[in-house]
Amino acid sequence: MSPASPLLSVQDLRVSYGDIPAVKGISFDVGEGEIVALVGANGAGKTSTLRAISGVVPCKGRILFGGQDLRKIPTDRIVALGIAHVPEGRGIFGDLTVHENLRLATWPRKDRHDLDRDYGRVFELFPRLKERRDQLGGTLSGGEQQMLALGRALMIRPRMLLLDEPSMGLAPKLVRDIFKVLGEIHRAGATLLLIEQNANMALHVATRAHVLETGTIALSGSGPELLKDPRVREVYMGG
Amino acid sequence: MPNPSYFFQQSLNALQLGSIYALIALGYTLVYGVLRMINFAHGDLFMVGGFFCFAAATYLGLSFVPTLLLVMALAALLGVLLERVAYRPLRNAPRVSAVITALGCGIFLEHLVLARYPYPQSVPELVHNVTWHVAGLSFSSLQLLIVGLSVGLMLLLDFVVRRTMVGLAMRAISWDMRVVPLLGVPVDRIITFTFALGGALGGAAGVMYSLAYPVVDPFMGVLVGWKAFIAAVLGGIGNIRGAMLGGFLLGGVEIFVAAYYPSTYRDFVAFALLLGLLILRPYGLLGRPPTQKV
Ligand SMILES: Nc1ncnc2c1ncn2[C@@H]1O[C@H](COP(=O)(O)OP(=O)(O)OP(=O)(O)O)[C@@H](O)[C@H]1O
Ligand SMILES: [Mg+2]
Repeated sequence: MSPASPLLSVQDLRVSYGDIPAVKGISFDVGEGEIVALVGANGAGKTSTLRAISGVVPCKGRILFGGQDLRKIPTDRIVALGIAHVPEGRGIFGDLTVHENLRLATWPRKDRHDLDRDYGRVFELFPRLKERRDQLGGTLSGGEQQMLALGRALMIRPRMLLLDEPSMGLAPKLVRDIFKVLGEIHRAGATLLLIEQNANMALHVATRAHVLETGTIALSGSGPELLKDPRVREVYMGG
Repeated sequence: MPNPSYFFQQSLNALQLGSIYALIALGYTLVYGVLRMINFAHGDLFMVGGFFCFAAATYLGLSFVPTLLLVMALAALLGVLLERVAYRPLRNAPRVSAVITALGCGIFLEHLVLARYPYPQSVPELVHNVTWHVAGLSFSSLQLLIVGLSVGLMLLLDFVVRRTMVGLAMRAISWDMRVVPLLGVPVDRIITFTFALGGALGGAAGVMYSLAYPVVDPFMGVLVGWKAFIAAVLGGIGNIRGAMLGGFLLGGVEIFVAAYYPSTYRDFVAFALLLGLLILRPYGLLGRPPTQKV
């Protein structure tokens, strides 16, 4: 079900830190409107893959977004092209308010006239952020910070979202809430590349998924296929 | 208070000196805020501002307002140039290398100016000073101008940092520089802008100083720069309002110690007070301990 010309095409991607290889030549595509999941254990290279796509770490190989090679393009311009990266650990600015955190993410936008509608949309998806509009980011709970990180990414109005473990450290109820919102964002037209260590939720929503093991893709398939795969069940979902 | 009009006069002197310290202290604090680095060349940038002022008035014959604007623009450019040429290549080097580079740049600037002007130069009168007497108190128009303009610039800066997108980006960089590009914000351009702001304020301080004490020399930035740096630390380095507060506090302490005690006591008493304050508040008056980052 790979579309003719994918929105994002990662080809033979390699990332090393000094002499230590973290990603050892992986290839995958993400089609417009898809949810692609990368799952894998600690240190498998998931974060490194996302960081290579958004230009935070140097890499080898090719990364095409809408046909354009992203390597050599600085991170802020990659974001302006329409790729929003919600980093591991959320990266909320602790002494900016909730509103200021959202406002900063409108920096790369040219269409500034309908900002109010987008604030409205974020506050509709996350009513808790609306109540805490003027609260400092650093005083939010972990779950609220994750909502803010997602809301901030939406203010960029991206074509594609890179999500690094959005469920990390959250209670199961909150994880379901976050995934519900991801579903809504997806239905509204965004393409998602989702990283999860906890594979269960990710594989349930993914149109396609890849299992990363020590820097290489060990398994690929649709979400439901991988959910049924005994190897995946044993390693990533405790049997 | 033995003599109210003497006290009043000293208060104006304190505000005048304090506003100059505050303008310079802001340059230290702005740069520290984004780069966590002490730009020790900043006092010398203030000195070069004084010389730009001297040159604009002497060679170009400019009047006050064009002089101020030109000097601020040139000093902003110099600040940007320093960052571009000397500090940016060291962005990922140990902080101490950048700080030593800054010290070196300062000494370079001093001796560059010294090579051209081995002797102190007097700055032509840019603003005609009149003194008004109201109810037994005297107001000097020059002092009011210096304090008024400085406070105006500080309010403007405070607005930029608190309300505008660039200010937002500066504060975000101060919290976590690595996340900022992920929101599509070009970090290098924000840092350039920060150096321009700090440079412009340092240049303005050079002009104000040349109005108040109209002689410039290549080493005038050394002690004033150190004191302004101490003012910034006293207020809480990285904190904009803290730098202003620290500047005025230092100006006040210096003037009043010299007003009521032998003037040789000035720096000794002033610095004893400041060091004592820092022991009580190690992060400065408005500074906060580094917060846990998420
Ligand atoms: N900045 C770095 N310097 C050196 N090594 C690094 C760096 N970042 C990651 N690595 C190494 O690269 C490998 C892959 O790390 P990465 O963060 O991509 O894994 P991950 O799949 O995201 O793991 P996790 O699920 O724990 O977040 C690991 O062995 C890690 O130690
Ligand atoms: Mg990771």
